[in-house]
Amino acid sequence: MSRRLLTGWGRTAPTVADVWEAASTEDIRTATVTAGRRGVLARGLGRSYGDAAQNGGGVVLEVGERSVHLDRSTGIVAAGAGVSLDELIRVLLPQGFFVPVTPGTRQVTVGGAIAADIHGKNHHADGSWANHVVDLDLVLSNGDVVTVGPDSDAPLFWATVGGMGLTGVITSCRFRAILVQSGRMSVDTWRTANLDDTMALMVERDRDYRYTVAWIDATGSGSRLGRGVVTMANHAAVDAAGADKSLQFNDTPRVGVPPVVPGGVLNALTIRAFNELWFRKAPRQRSGELQGISEFFHPLDMVRDWNRLYGRGGMLQYQFVVPDGAEDTLRRATEQLVSGGASSFLTVLKRFGPGNAGYLSFPFAGWTLTLDVPTGVDGLSTLLDDLDDRLVEVGGRVYLAKDSRLAATHLSRMYPRLDDWRAVCDRVDPAGVFQSDLSRRLGLRSFTHHSTPLEAR
Amino acid sequence: MKDALGNVQGILLLGGGSDIGQAIVREILRGRRPARVVLAARGTGSCGAFVSELTGMGHHVEVVGFDANTPASHEAVLDMAAAGGDLDVVVSAWGVLGAPQDTLDADPIAAAAVATANYVGVVSAGLETARVLRAQGHGTLVHLSSVAAERARRANFVYGSSKAGSDAFMQGLADSLVGSGVRVLVVRPGFVRSKMTAGMKGQPFSTTPEAVAAATVKALAGNAHTVWVPGILRMVFLVFRHLPRAVWRRMPV
Ligand SMILES: Cc1cc2nc3c(=O)[nH]c(=O)nc-3n(C[C@H](O)[C@H](O)[C@H](O)COP(=O)(O)OP(=O)(O)OC[C@H]3O[C@@H](n4cnc5c(N)ncnc54)[C@H](O)[C@@H]3O)c2cc1C
Ligand SMILES: NC(=O)c1ccc[n+]([C@@H]2O[C@H](COP(=O)([O-])OP(=O)(O)OC[C@H]3O[C@@H](n4cnc5c(N)ncnc54)[C@H](OP(=O)(O)O)[C@@H]3O)[C@@H](O)[C@H]2O)c1
Repeated sequence: MSRRLLTGWGRTAPTVADVWEAASTEDIRTATVTAGRRGVLARGLGRSYGDAAQNGGGVVLEVGERSVHLDRSTGIVAAGAGVSLDELIRVLLPQGFFVPVTPGTRQVTVGGAIAADIHGKNHHADGSWANHVVDLDLVLSNGDVVTVGPDSDAPLFWATVGGMGLTGVITSCRFRAILVQSGRMSVDTWRTANLDDTMALMVERDRDYRYTVAWIDATGSGSRLGRGVVTMANHAAVDAAGADKSLQFNDTPRVGVPPVVPGGVLNALTIRAFNELWFRKAPRQRSGELQGISEFFHPLDMVRDWNRLYGRGGMLQYQFVVPDGAEDTLRRATEQLVSGGASSFLTVLKRFGPGNAGYLSFPFAGWTLTLDVPTGVDGLSTLLDDLDDRLVEVGGRVYLAKDSRLAATHLSRMYPRLDDWRAVCDRVDPAGVFQSDLSRRLGLRSFTHHSTPLEAR
Repeated sequence: MKDALGNVQGILLLGGGSDIGQAIVREILRGRRPARVVLAARGTGSCGAFVSELTGMGHHVEVVGFDANTPASHEAVLDMAAAGGDLDVVVSAWGVLGAPQDTLDADPIAAAAVATANYVGVVSAGLETARVLRAQGHGTLVHLSSVAAERARRANFVYGSSKAGSDAFMQGLADSLVGSGVRVLVVRPGFVRSKMTAGMKGQPFSTTPEAVAAATVKALAGNAHTVWVPGILRMVFLVFRHLPRAVWRRMPV
């Protein structure tokens, strides 16, 4: 056990916790039943941007379960919660399988994938992580270990996926992998003139591709607002990829960023230049380009610790979704972000398919916009609060795995099933053993702002 | 919880009636979302207006009784303040100037009372604050020291020495908290126009509670452990500190 200062990927609002490496389920049970007032929380690889994986003053568990087993006849994978998607891909791909969902980095754990119910570029086709789960093992606040899934204690299952670690500690998961013929992606690319153009292309062509996403030029304004580069892809067939290259994992060497970048390299000026360059570099249209897994899904993984480029103040990621039909809100939000100087080096637009039954799962049918912003931007807090006001008017929400600044008052309007989720938590964790900085900041468990029942222990 | 953009959710002001303390709280909350503010004060008299002001702005205000001179009560004060949620910032702002030095020269009891409020109370309340912040793994303690702490003067050495003691205590406390997630910020203002100095003749580099608050909030956003207000006093006292005693004794300040 060691006391450590923890932050999320955005490197903001650090807090100190007792970090335990929990090698076995027994370790997790011990930590859980001996929890003090500040409770316990599981942490994966800390790739959530805000404070979801922090528990100031409490215990933080790093789950050591790292086994991976693939049943080739069914495509079902049994994986320890501490396994990263990077490790999974290295095991699965040579055997002709791939993870059902991958985020923009491979450096996330299975536990983190479940707790945030992560989505990828294939959400419109395949849904989010939970849609592929057969069942999972969970250590509850009283130390009991239960197996839950869509067919066994469904309420607890749907409270755990997207539940940000607050129902218990996940130790393992069985999920369905997808079959692939090669480790290459066949990618089609378009450059678009404005937001309408970008959205129309995605609506029209989505159904022909398993993976789609648009990068938006965050500096384009006026008639160029929302111009960008749309990429759509499918896993390439063996013949296209070339027999010698099929099923190889093309790992790219990772370059690092020095530990201290005092002022930060990413500022309004460099971000502007990058956006312009990226837009111009893209082909007007290109089809059938073969790309590797990293190149297509995880380009950022090629630079280790790139979050340090933002310097001491850190950064945040603002990701929201608005339902189909709220395109006007999306347009106005994009306008507001561009004119408010919330310059972003990476702005991504994606069309979601239908959501699932997860009480706090983020995705639902509509549009999701994601942007990285340095925290030093003047007036950022008010700008984002104003955007949140607009989002709730149309039934939109922000993604908790990315959040580091939402006003607690917006939570129940963004997540209308919050009370149902709380009811499940009250059943399995009446004393509030599972806590996080996120849960305290947003009052996720209703009693967070009063003394928790744990204090009586 | 403090968030990524500096919004705070819980503030405790020890010395709820202090002009400088109130200005700091006001500055932290300026243009910010509603927060929980706990005012700890001897009586409600000096902070009643501030309660209405904060409530009117949508903040949730709690008032708890606090007397710096009774260390045994400080544990309960901090527990009460922390019961309602995490404390992101604790401002320790009480203090007394005491009677003029020539009066105190002849009144050891009154002089000791100044030392008790300004130093002894800081020790116990400071340690209790550290306990609470350490337990939550984050938080900042802002302590109102004074330039008088840098070198005691003939003209008010009881006050000066009590501030010097508390300043030294806070530096040590800060060091003891390294690695705990808790930070201590020591604020050293020069002459500030407030209740404490009402009717007194101003001094060179006189400043206002608002200026102290602005400098403090600016320092909170960075990593500093000490802030002088106005900033030039840091240089001035660098010189003062090294003046020969015989010269210092005769300084008109
Ligand atoms: C570059 C980058 C790109 C990203 N792209 C995407 C994207 O495209 N789509 C997307 O959905 N997300 C994306 N994310 C966010 C990321 O996928 C999620 O935040 C994910 O949860 C991180 O996993 P982690 O293992 O690092 O978990 P952590 O960040 O350590 O923890 C996240 C949450 O999971 C909980 N948790 C972790 N392990 C367990 C466990 N064993 N049991 C119970 N709870 C647990 C924690 O308590 C916490 O609440 C991206 C992040 C980065 C840095
Ligand atoms: N003003 C200056 O020139 C100056 C310069 C440098 C440093 N400082 C320091 O800054 C701090 C704030 O000063 P200020 O100018 O804001 O003074 P202020 O307005 O007079 O406030 C001081 C507060 O301390 C309270 N207090 C005094 N003794 C107490 C005790 N035993 N227990 C609890 N509360 C007590 C007083 O409470 P009541 O209202 O009940 O009396 C008063 O509200 C002090 O520490 C002071 O030493 C001031």
